[in-house]
Amino acid sequence: MTEALTLALVGLLMALAVWTLVARDTFAAVSGFVPYGLLLTLAWLQLRAVDVAMTEAAIGAGLTGVLLIAAAARLRPTEAPAWAERPGLPTRVLAAIVSAAVAAGIGACVLLLPDPAPTLAPAVAQNIASTGVGNPITAVLMSFRAMDTLLEAVVLLLGLIGVWSLAPDRAWGGRPGPAPTEDPNSILGYLARVLPPIGIVVGVYILWVGADLPGGKFQGATVLAAMWLLVMMAGISDAPAVDRTWVRLALAGGPAVFIAIGLLGAGVAGAFLGYPEGLAKPLIVVVEAALLPSLAVTLALLLTGPPRRKDGDT
Amino acid sequence: MKGILDIFTIVAVAAGAFFFLAGTVGLLRFPDTFTRLHALTKADNLGLGLVVIGLLPQMDGVMAGLKLILVWLMVLLASATVSQIIARALRRGGPEP
Repeated sequence: MTEALTLALVGLLMALAVWTLVARDTFAAVSGFVPYGLLLTLAWLQLRAVDVAMTEAAIGAGLTGVLLIAAAARLRPTEAPAWAERPGLPTRVLAAIVSAAVAAGIGACVLLLPDPAPTLAPAVAQNIASTGVGNPITAVLMSFRAMDTLLEAVVLLLGLIGVWSLAPDRAWGGRPGPAPTEDPNSILGYLARVLPPIGIVVGVYILWVGADLPGGKFQGATVLAAMWLLVMMAGISDAPAVDRTWVRLALAGGPAVFIAIGLLGAGVAGAFLGYPEGLAKPLIVVVEAALLPSLAVTLALLLTGPPRRKDGDT
Repeated sequence: MKGILDIFTIVAVAAGAFFFLAGTVGLLRFPDTFTRLHALTKADNLGLGLVVIGLLPQMDGVMAGLKLILVWLMVLLASATVSQIIARALRRGGPEP
């Protein structure tokens, strides 16, 4: 019975993947990609990887989905001309062959893995007590491989700088996205008033339980970012101008705290990002709590896009 | 007692699954977007509601049950809002319903 469900899930995943590739309309492709991400969440759940499943649902399907929908909406006017000048048959066949070869290579790598696959899980289980957290994923992300997590947070920030660099000169320092036109008393405005209190509690809860159960700052920050985006979309509050000091502080604060604690570790514990004996858990909580608002603001501003208008523009 | 609760779960979840099936058939067969929205919200509201009610006796602890009910309420809120927004966008001259 479970196997039938798994097979059905895999079949649906493959079908949606093919649909996303062959759909001619960008929007149609995106509307295949979002349920693909949600089904992938179920697949990760089936594999008991709850942390990965949550990240896939929040970032893979949710955030990326919104980003792609916005991109598709922006590309819509140029879609027909773009089709007219699409590459010739030989180029497309060549691209298909190269893509299939890469996919086959990856597939071969997965299938040729020794059984059981090489794993560091016993090492993590042995040393998890030294971190004070109960969730091994959090222990890996925040202690054993804290460097990767720091770089992830910094990469997001660099991504936002990249998006901002697309701003036209006259709009630099202004507000991102189009001016709100939505009536704040519409049904969307209603949702944007009812949902955020619940969403904020859920986001902070996901961060908090991340120490011992599946969850963490990235998933929590995505929920918080979604709440803020909802409020902005409903026209209840406008996006902030990107030259505001509080925006810059909110963006840089989390990574700065992370780096400061890392340097502290270099002095006290003898290694960059090393935690002093007995203080690992509190420091991890401080870093996660500092990263949460920074990541939420970064993700929300990534979605609102480059600055496009200054106050006073029409 | 356990047996009665299990039967209750099976009946309620099966009824929920029926509404999901009916909603999906409606989504595929109904002639325009407004009626398709109607079919879709039946699946969300009644289908998921019945599945949640059916699963309640199987949860260990009151908190887990409350979380399930919260999930259902959130889906109700989201599906009602989204159908309103889609329907309104159509009435304001979106693509033909």
